[in-house]
Amino acid sequence: MIKNSVALNKLDSKLVMAHMYVAFISLFIGGLMGLLQTLVRSGTLVLPFGISYYQLLTVHGVILALVLTTFFIIGFQFALMSKTVGMSDKQRDSAWFGFWIMLFGTVTTAITILLGKANVLYTFYAPLKAYPTFYIGLALVVVGSWIGCFTNFRQLYVWKKKHPGEKSPLLAFMVVINMLLWFIATLGVAATVIIQLIPWSLGMVDTVNVLVSRTLFWYFGHPLVYFWLLPAYMAWYAIIPKIIGGKIFSDSLARLAFVLFLMFSIPVGFHHQLTEPGIDPVWKFIQVVLTFMVIIPSLLTAFSMFATFEVTGRSKGYTGLFGWLKGLPWKDVRFFAPMVGMITFIPAGTGGIINASNQMNQVVHNTIWVTGHFHLTVGTTVILTFFGISYWLIPSLTGRKLTKKINTLGMIQTIVWAFGMSIMSGSMHIAGLLGAPRRSSYSTYGGSEQATEWIGYQIAQAIGGSILFIGIILMVYIFFYMVFAAPKGQEEFPIAEVSEDAEPTPKFLENWKLWIGITVALILFAYTIPFLDIIHHSPPGSPGFDKIIR
Amino acid sequence: MHLHKYEKIWLTFGIGSLILFLTVIGIGAFYKGSQPPSHLATIDPQNVEAHEAFREENLGLRKVGDNEYIVSVVASAFNYDLGKDEEGNAIREIRIPVGSTVLFQVTTKDVIHGFEIAGTNVNMMVEPGYINSLETVMDKPGTYTLICNEYCGSGHHFMATKVEVFEP
Ligand code: HEM
Ligand SMILES: [Cu+2]
Ligand SMILES: [Cu+2]
Repeated sequence: MIKNSVALNKLDSKLVMAHMYVAFISLFIGGLMGLLQTLVRSGTLVLPFGISYYQLLTVHGVILALVLTTFFIIGFQFALMSKTVGMSDKQRDSAWFGFWIMLFGTVTTAITILLGKANVLYTFYAPLKAYPTFYIGLALVVVGSWIGCFTNFRQLYVWKKKHPGEKSPLLAFMVVINMLLWFIATLGVAATVIIQLIPWSLGMVDTVNVLVSRTLFWYFGHPLVYFWLLPAYMAWYAIIPKIIGGKIFSDSLARLAFVLFLMFSIPVGFHHQLTEPGIDPVWKFIQVVLTFMVIIPSLLTAFSMFATFEVTGRSKGYTGLFGWLKGLPWKDVRFFAPMVGMITFIPAGTGGIINASNQMNQVVHNTIWVTGHFHLTVGTTVILTFFGISYWLIPSLTGRKLTKKINTLGMIQTIVWAFGMSIMSGSMHIAGLLGAPRRSSYSTYGGSEQATEWIGYQIAQAIGGSILFIGIILMVYIFFYMVFAAPKGQEEFPIAEVSEDAEPTPKFLENWKLWIGITVALILFAYTIPFLDIIHHSPPGSPGFDKIIR
Repeated sequence: MHLHKYEKIWLTFGIGSLILFLTVIGIGAFYKGSQPPSHLATIDPQNVEAHEAFREENLGLRKVGDNEYIVSVVASAFNYDLGKDEEGNAIREIRIPVGSTVLFQVTTKDVIHGFEIAGTNVNMMVEPGYINSLETVMDKPGTYTLICNEYCGSGHHFMATKVEVFEP
């Protein structure tokens, strides 16, 4: 059994903290950009020094969606692995190596964006062409993260060797699933960046195949969101039960859900390309069907979570249909923040179902509705769970305590975030339904009457955005307080145990060859024919366009 | 693997609704023919004028039958080319009689653009090398805005045009 009270050793703590510094500094910079964006879009602010709105938006997207998430997740996962299966000196060295490569890549890309040579947004759709160092930096981030993947794989492998016949610790299993998903998914984006975009931006080839590049990007783009979500699920399944004084409802259901996420989050990228020419609508529909399969593990997760909550509430003596809700520690921010995130996932997931609904996508595609959607999913569900993790992870790594004061401040932070986001995301959803586009600086769209209807919602977004920025300041303050100022002590690293009532976990759940095999087979099924079709019917390639982004 | 009784009910209900839901979408797509815009024709993005539909005289609104129109558009940063009027000035507006069936066919000379008529379901991606198209009935009179909803460069937010659906 893992002793909860013992934090990680000093060396592992340092490794995880290095990732956390990058994550929280990114949060601050990205949040500031977000605030400025809402101010510009509402017509309240004109950017000085000829800074382009799209430069801010590129920074915001890259630093929050790619940098913050990747660093937080890889750091958190190292903490979980070190805790559950341990980390050798060699593994730690390779983890640091991966970290430095990712950081070097991040800085390279950041400098390129700051010099205004990469206003291509975080999706960098060709044939908009950024300066080569933008792509090279991103490629390095991916390569660095692969080193993290293989370090994690090795950690579990070594543990299994030492514990023949035992099932792997649940959290280690989950981390390896998420890193498998990441590795398989990033092969797509690495292919377009390394094979297509870098040579093209260096001038070694003249043209690029746009649809191939986009298809490879979105082969990565959807699993990317599950790479963000699964660490949150790790906390929900295996950590929150401990925080609320309960047990994991079922080890096998948790593993099954993760396996299903691995299988059904990759062969589905076409749901981001539903309104695009050049892709056969039959294959779009097939990928839509596959997309909806993730609803099954989502339902499993919802059931498991509420089962855990109810069982725990009742075991504390609370009865009645909903009386057990009183048995939950609502005043403990380690529970409250992720719980608010979890509740947010109900509207967030519903929005996702709408977006992916084949022809219905036309109603919302590229409107600001979509931006409203992912500020609920990643911007609230995931990020509030990450904050919820930070409240115990950071002090346990720095050898300090989560004080009452910080607990209260964290509760306020959560409420401020949820409130600001309801306003911002809510008005984004409504404006989107009215047709307001995403990724657009302030404009009257040629004096359009319709645009005058949107402006009220943009102002509401600026109000919501300002409240959110207060939330960012609070969180960054809390982070640095927990690192440098909180009283010394020992904070628990909470890992839940499986309920005695749960059935034993069947062996087949750990049949990696089987799961990887099915995953690859599904990808080949969903992509081979349409991808060959795209290549076969390729139009002449596109030259790069770099002047129009200045 | 063991499943709790309530969980079985929950999953049966969930998966049942899922199947129903996908059936509805599938019938919409394959039986009713309401597919998302997925035109497969290709074109040379550096020579779009070579294609019949995008020759200068064919751009903009063309009447092809009783109440039937084709609108051909060439998108480029940061403009929708709708052809020229008799005096040789660029047309800046699309005027369509209410109730007409309109086929929009669009391509781009440079980067990716969006083609969205705000307030309608006309919404598609325009990508270099491809022609995208979408047919619809413009059945509500009013002034709409044709807007580029995919980032295409520094002037992206200025890329918009008026669409007037009028009672003749
Ligand atoms: C202070 C908090 C935040 C504010 C005020 C804010 C505001 C905004 C706004 C206004 C946009 C849309 C701009 C446009 O389409 O023209 C945007 C885009 C985006 N935001 Fe945020 N945001 C915040 C936090 C976050 C967080 C925490 C995340 C993710 C972890 C995030 C991820 C994104 C992404 C990925 C985009 C899309 C960028 C693109 O379309 O290229 N944001 N944000
Ligand atoms: Cu997706
Ligand atoms: Cu545009």
